[in-house]
Amino acid sequence: MTRLTIPKTYKLAIGGKFPRSESGRTYEVVAADGSFLANAAKASRKDARDAVVAARKAVSGWSGATGYNRGQVLYRIAELLEGRRSQFVDEIVASEGVTRAAASTQVDTAIDTWVWYAGWADKYVQAAGNGNPVSGPYFNLSTPEPTGVVAVIAPQSGASLLGLVGVVAPALVSGNTVVVIASEAAPLSAISLAEVFATSDVPGGVINVLTGSPAEMAPWLASHADVNALDLAGAEALDWIELQVLAADTLKRVLAPVGGIPAPSLERIVAFTETKTVWHTKSLI
Amino acid sequence: MATEPTSSFLEYAPAPESTAILSLKSDYGLFIDGEFVAGNGTPFATISPATERHIATIASANAHDVDTAVAAARAAYDTTWSRLSGADRGKYLFRIARLVQERARELAVAESLDNGKPIKESRDVDVPLVAAWFFYYAGWADKLDYAGLGADPRALGVAAQVIPWNFPLLMLAWKIAPALAAGNTVVLKPAETTPLTALLFAEILQQADLPPGVVNIITGAGETGEALVNHPDVNKVAFTGSTAVGRAIAKSTAGTGKRLTLELGGKAANIVFDDAPIDQAIEGIVNGIFFNQGHVCCAGSRLLVQENVHDEVVDRLKARLSTLRLGDPLDKNTDIGAINSREQLERVRALSDIGEAEGAERWSPACDIPTDGFWFAPTIFTNVSTSHRIAREEIFGPVLSVLTFRTPAEAIAKANNTPYGLSAGIWSDKGSKILAVADQLRAGVVWANTFNRFDPASPFGGYKESGYGREGGRHGLTAYLESSGWGADRGLRSAPARIESSPTKKSRRKQAAK
Amino acid sequence: MTIAPITLAPAQRAVELIGGDLTEKSLRLHLEGLSGVDAVGLEQRAADLGSRSIKTTSKARALDTIIRLIDLTTLEGADTPGKVRSLVAKALTPDPADLSTPRVAAVCVYGDMVPHAVQALGAAHGDPDAGLVSVAAVATAFPSGRALLPVKLADTRDAVAAGADEIDMVIDRGAFLSGRYGEVFDQIVAVKDACRRDDGTFAHLKVILETGELNTYDNVRRASWLAILAGGDFIKTSTGKVAPAATLPVTLLMLQVVRDWHVLTGERIGVKPAGGIRTSKDAIKYLVTVAETVGEEWLVPHLFRFGASSLLNDVLLQRQKMTTGHYSGPDYVTVD
Repeated sequence: MTRLTIPKTYKLAIGGKFPRSESGRTYEVVAADGSFLANAAKASRKDARDAVVAARKAVSGWSGATGYNRGQVLYRIAELLEGRRSQFVDEIVASEGVTRAAASTQVDTAIDTWVWYAGWADKYVQAAGNGNPVSGPYFNLSTPEPTGVVAVIAPQSGASLLGLVGVVAPALVSGNTVVVIASEAAPLSAISLAEVFATSDVPGGVINVLTGSPAEMAPWLASHADVNALDLAGAEALDWIELQVLAADTLKRVLAPVGGIPAPSLERIVAFTETKTVWHTKSLI
Repeated sequence: MATEPTSSFLEYAPAPESTAILSLKSDYGLFIDGEFVAGNGTPFATISPATERHIATIASANAHDVDTAVAAARAAYDTTWSRLSGADRGKYLFRIARLVQERARELAVAESLDNGKPIKESRDVDVPLVAAWFFYYAGWADKLDYAGLGADPRALGVAAQVIPWNFPLLMLAWKIAPALAAGNTVVLKPAETTPLTALLFAEILQQADLPPGVVNIITGAGETGEALVNHPDVNKVAFTGSTAVGRAIAKSTAGTGKRLTLELGGKAANIVFDDAPIDQAIEGIVNGIFFNQGHVCCAGSRLLVQENVHDEVVDRLKARLSTLRLGDPLDKNTDIGAINSREQLERVRALSDIGEAEGAERWSPACDIPTDGFWFAPTIFTNVSTSHRIAREEIFGPVLSVLTFRTPAEAIAKANNTPYGLSAGIWSDKGSKILAVADQLRAGVVWANTFNRFDPASPFGGYKESGYGREGGRHGLTAYLESSGWGADRGLRSAPARIESSPTKKSRRKQAAK
Repeated sequence: MTIAPITLAPAQRAVELIGGDLTEKSLRLHLEGLSGVDAVGLEQRAADLGSRSIKTTSKARALDTIIRLIDLTTLEGADTPGKVRSLVAKALTPDPADLSTPRVAAVCVYGDMVPHAVQALGAAHGDPDAGLVSVAAVATAFPSGRALLPVKLADTRDAVAAGADEIDMVIDRGAFLSGRYGEVFDQIVAVKDACRRDDGTFAHLKVILETGELNTYDNVRRASWLAILAGGDFIKTSTGKVAPAATLPVTLLMLQVVRDWHVLTGERIGVKPAGGIRTSKDAIKYLVTVAETVGEEWLVPHLFRFGASSLLNDVLLQRQKMTTGHYSGPDYVTVD
């Protein structure tokens, strides 16, 4: 007789903890062949609100860490992902209906993408900042700093883990904290990834994962006055222009949908930074 | 009521770091092509400078061995390293960084044993920086397009690297990490008095499964180094050491097409203004010249103190020196360790005697000097003038020369009045003055209200006879790269074609017999 | 319109140092002329001192020294005579299973609890330098200090009259932060005066700076000098009711001031870090910092105290480990 399995309960990830939706709602996650996979939490606007609170609370600690430290923490996540490869492969095979080989490639690429971004933490300032040769007796330095809390709509179709990593990692590098709406149809990797964060050295609240309907939650995040930036990467099927208009009320920095999975780029890191330029007088006497 | 013990609380009980963590071999070979092999030169001993006791017998590489090592590096470059993706090179470097962290305590103990520096420093400064250097450059390996040399810059090929004895493992990291990240392969020669941690590092490379030949470590003395830097099949030379040897290398590599970076001596000015945060300035002066027993190229060996606060600063400095502890490098409470070698001790003694003869006033705190080993008490010379030899020549020991100045402009003039130009310190509570003084100091590293701060993200290197080129940061990376267009129209050696294939899964290294 | 210089209350130290007519302005000029503090460097030096490795015989000695320097404290609104009696019993016999354990230096209580402390101490009440236990009372509307001066002075006099040997006062942080140094100064002088007993002796005055509220190290340096100039016998970091309370860098800074004062005048002022020191490991760092900054002559009850409550039990656990050779547990130390 084959062994009875212990199916996992998939919950939200908020503030380093794993609560069910405050609304009590769930929705069915089905495999590519239509069979039942899990009941995932269907997050409400209040969950989104709580996630933003948790993300804001985590900003000072995460952005206050040195770039080296953040790089170390992010690299540790890659180590943990590497250790959990088969779990992620299993989830992708079940969710997306792809072959094991394809799922393995996706996981490998996701881990390597993560490592690529981790390595930027203590160097993006050197690539995107600089001294400025102003005319006058002034020291002048421009430095890109994290913008704060970034709300992200992850790619809703295609490779779910790779899509998630491709939007979450670049925001974290500079010290932002993230509230991400996972792929509605394939959220399992997102929650497993959140479990990896929770067992790494990432402080609670740095990454918050909401599962459920992007259409329902996105407007609340787009209009939220305590969210600094909005990444609409996976919002092409939504009324994303309306979301951008909502975001405009509080002048959020907005990235438009990409239609697919964003390629790793320095620009994506810098998009979630603010450049601060400091002047200081210079005089010998 | 129990009577108070008569001994002093300040006589801390011994707190030795155990050497039991080490598992050293009695003999070490040369690390070439992923294996330890016998050297053809005459083996030599490495000893503990604190006790003069033998640690291990070290192989010596003669010209033939240098040939073998360079050939191994060249083969590894052509067949393996240049064909790996930057991401994969980065993964090897991340592995190395992690292994250094895992074996950090062992490396720190070995470093203190072989070099003589306090375990407090090797544990808290040297080894953490080593891991950090590898971590930092690991992340650059697949981002070379952003190094500032345009898209797709090229590695140089085989790098010959010769390092000094003052920060053995850290200097190794400064050399190897950026070279590998940029896609070069390496032949490195550690200093003859401090080969131990380089050899332990070679074992770490084996644990990281680094492809054979990518890093080769050949031990030996001056001749080995000379043969290495003058080898015709080397594309890049990186040297840290004395200005005299740096000069010789610059001459012998002239016209060869080899890229060269040099990190040489210094006679840094530590400038203390009357508005300095006084207690922190005293710490900065002490750290500046007594950290690592003053065996630091960027040591603040000249204190330039504003004349109106000279007496107060000197008084406070002397009081502070009385709590420095000199002794067993492996005791966790030791602040000042051993001088690295008998030769260096003689040099420090000789120059200090000259200082006295020149008319400067010499002072040291009371110190218990052990009978065995090489030791020199921290020493301050006051009433030093700019024309004294002890104000001009690099002593490379725990000896401070104190001079005065009246105005910021005079401080700058005196600070710059040297053929050296590695580093400088500025102590003041006034930001505008600090920045203006920093502007005018002809020094590659300027520390304000701090001293001896190193970070893999921060470029380090000198002006003038302190050498050229920078280590650390994005600038440190470019020392090992050339832009794609560079030399293409000059018929110079071009990079091999890149093949997008992953390295062979099976390591081609024979399993090392344990 | 002429502005008359505000003349401050006479305080011998201040007059000798600053000279002439001591005014708000002359005091301010002096305090603002003090050297600045670079926080990064200060904190680094503190971390360095904290990395000393104090083992075996040094550790055993350090543990006993720490106990002898503790002001065992209870400062709760809910304090009762019973609670104070329990505290005193602990102060006299920290470890009932090991009677070789030294006594603490003092018990520290609210002013109205002083009579209960005095009564409970009985014959053991006296000078800690002689192995007895003294009674320290917080006063001057502790912890906030937000009351008019007559209230604060009455607070002080009552405690002294009830038998307190030491008074831990708080400075007026509001006045300090708004630049009214003279007011802070005058209050300290007045409280010192209120410490005078009928027989002409004085209760020892500890001046709490509440460094957590002063916020910058430059302010702490100025407040330390001010407290000494105004006549304090001890400068104390905190009430323990505000975070951050005592830290190693802040205590190091205050010790540097005390060192400089000693070089200048030959006089020795005491230092008391209070609040947040819970482990022996931390307390040992403070001993090292004292010894290497002002000298080990300061490691005596009349020149250094720890304001602590839970620290004592951790020290006892460490002491037990050194005696028995194995790790101890909470069941082997008493709650007070």
